[in-house]
Amino acid sequence: MDFLIFQAPMLMVQASLDGILLGILFALIAYGMALQWGVMNIINIAQGDLVILGGYIAYTMYLAGIHPAWGVIVSPIIMYFVGWALYKLVINKVVDRDLFISILATFGIAIVFQQLMNFIFGADVVVAQSEYGTTMLFDNSVTLPNSKIFSAVISLVYAIALVVYMKKSKLGRAIRATAQNARAAKILGVDTEKVYAATFGINAALCGIAGALISITLTLHPYVGLPYTVRSFMIVIVAGLGNLPAVAISGMGLGLFEEFADYILGTEFRIGAVFMLLVFILVYRRFKLSKKREYLK
Amino acid sequence: MEKVKQKDLILYSGLIILGLAAPYLFSAFKVQLTYLCVLIVLAMTWNLQGGEMGYNSFGNILFYGLGMYLTASVQVGMFFPLAEWTESGGEKTFVHTTTQYFQGIGVGLLVSAIIPAIVAGAIGYAILGLRGHYFAICTLGLGIAAGEIAGGIEIIGAGQGFTTPPFPAEIVDVEARGKFFYFLSFFVLVLAFVFVKYIYGSRFRLILNAIRDNEDKAEAMGIQTMKYKIVGWMVSAFFCGLAGGIMGGLIGYIDSTDVAFDGREMGVFMVLMAILGGKGTLWGPIIGATLFHFFKEGLWTFILGWQYVALGVLIVVIVIYFPEGLMGWLREKYPERFGEVIDEKDRKSQVELK
Repeated sequence: MDFLIFQAPMLMVQASLDGILLGILFALIAYGMALQWGVMNIINIAQGDLVILGGYIAYTMYLAGIHPAWGVIVSPIIMYFVGWALYKLVINKVVDRDLFISILATFGIAIVFQQLMNFIFGADVVVAQSEYGTTMLFDNSVTLPNSKIFSAVISLVYAIALVVYMKKSKLGRAIRATAQNARAAKILGVDTEKVYAATFGINAALCGIAGALISITLTLHPYVGLPYTVRSFMIVIVAGLGNLPAVAISGMGLGLFEEFADYILGTEFRIGAVFMLLVFILVYRRFKLSKKREYLK
Repeated sequence: MEKVKQKDLILYSGLIILGLAAPYLFSAFKVQLTYLCVLIVLAMTWNLQGGEMGYNSFGNILFYGLGMYLTASVQVGMFFPLAEWTESGGEKTFVHTTTQYFQGIGVGLLVSAIIPAIVAGAIGYAILGLRGHYFAICTLGLGIAAGEIAGGIEIIGAGQGFTTPPFPAEIVDVEARGKFFYFLSFFVLVLAFVFVKYIYGSRFRLILNAIRDNEDKAEAMGIQTMKYKIVGWMVSAFFCGLAGGIMGGLIGYIDSTDVAFDGREMGVFMVLMAILGGKGTLWGPIIGATLFHFFKEGLWTFILGWQYVALGVLIVVIVIYFPEGLMGWLREKYPERFGEVIDEKDRKSQVELK
């Protein structure tokens, strides 16, 4: 336990800014999670591993001599097809079934992904250098890597673009219709199978963007996918499905929580704190609902 | 009825004799057999609340790891300062005598069974109010959080791990260690089986099934569902703790995320084995665990390095294509054997409809 952060206001500003910028990134992943959960009613445990895979695509570009920031364009394109293939291979068989089956099946996918990434990219912690430099604020007492600002801006741009796409395009309308009532949409001529595949592809593409941004702002490792899944799950259950401003705000909240937990509890408890927060949020909501004799659905 | 009982008697006595003779018959595989016993215990008790109660937990690994740490800590802490032991290879400075070792492990196992059950009871009211996938995700979070937190606590070795007391060197028989752990795990297995079998014949199981099938209706019928859910989870926790304690002694080294709170291996195995054999049956998890263990031990050496890929693919295939498991498949094929009466006319008309 270390409460130094409350005595040094600059440290607090630092943690808050870091947390908010990070939170926007988490919100992007959570938005993908909310999309597939809302449309296909599956919980994807492999979400975080898709993110890491997207990051490794950007990292591979970095190794090949291309600036990793281009990953935010290349990675989603590749990841869209990865997601599409994953849908055709596995996910289409779990869509209409019990949620537990989708959890367990995607857990299996997550294990496969982790191990394959371990084979291909090695078990080292890697980071792609963006060389964007840092911004100094408040007389050099707060340092802000430009790559974090870049990632937050890109996340916002993509999120807004996706919202507009969902509102205006034909596919977006089909996806929203399927989310409301898959059977009715089918009767009215929506090819739901295609919509599901596209939804999962879009989700994977969002993961790809987030991964490419993580590769320049944070670090990559084959086994760190699960915390991203849990973070996005957490954001979705707090914000609800399909409520984008709420997703963004709770993402930032989570980012803040993590940065403060990092300072107060120490870095070794950071991931533990994230998972404990998940438990606390679920238990809190359970008690709140049980007063009305209801439960989380 | 008499006849069936007699058949059961022969089956059980045969199995017990086989179990007792196994370390002598396959003396090279004692460690594997111990693993098998532990896996069966884990699958069977997971099934009690995953299969019978319908609360699919990913977090029973929490109790397994807790039991593992508790047994080792008690075994060391009873005689020596725990902090110094974990600080720097205490097993070289402090040596357990034979009596100390067995006293330690006895008390340790007792503690490792009771404390996880109490923990399950304490958090049960909060956690078991969640349903379906929320419960699954919450317990997944609990299991991983426990591993991460245990990896930061100094007194139990933190990130560098915890060496459990070595088997007393005064016992000259080289086979003794393997036999001791085998018989210990076999005893726990028999205990767990007798208990689960008793539950299967009792009203308790019917209540658990009612909770699984429709919790709201069960509650409306006047069953205090929460009470039974907590008891069900506590039974699971009790045996998971015991299994963890034995495994800690057998492996000889506890790491927070790779051995104790090993959600990626044991935590998944117990779910997978129960589903492979068939959720909600007495024999399903036992058959599932045995099959899985043979598959794992037989095949994994050939696909070294690829075993996690194989495991992941296996999970996906089992979950998608055989969600009912082996017993479910048999039940569909030979419903008469399971005491289900099928109206032939009804069956035919259903076939025609398809």
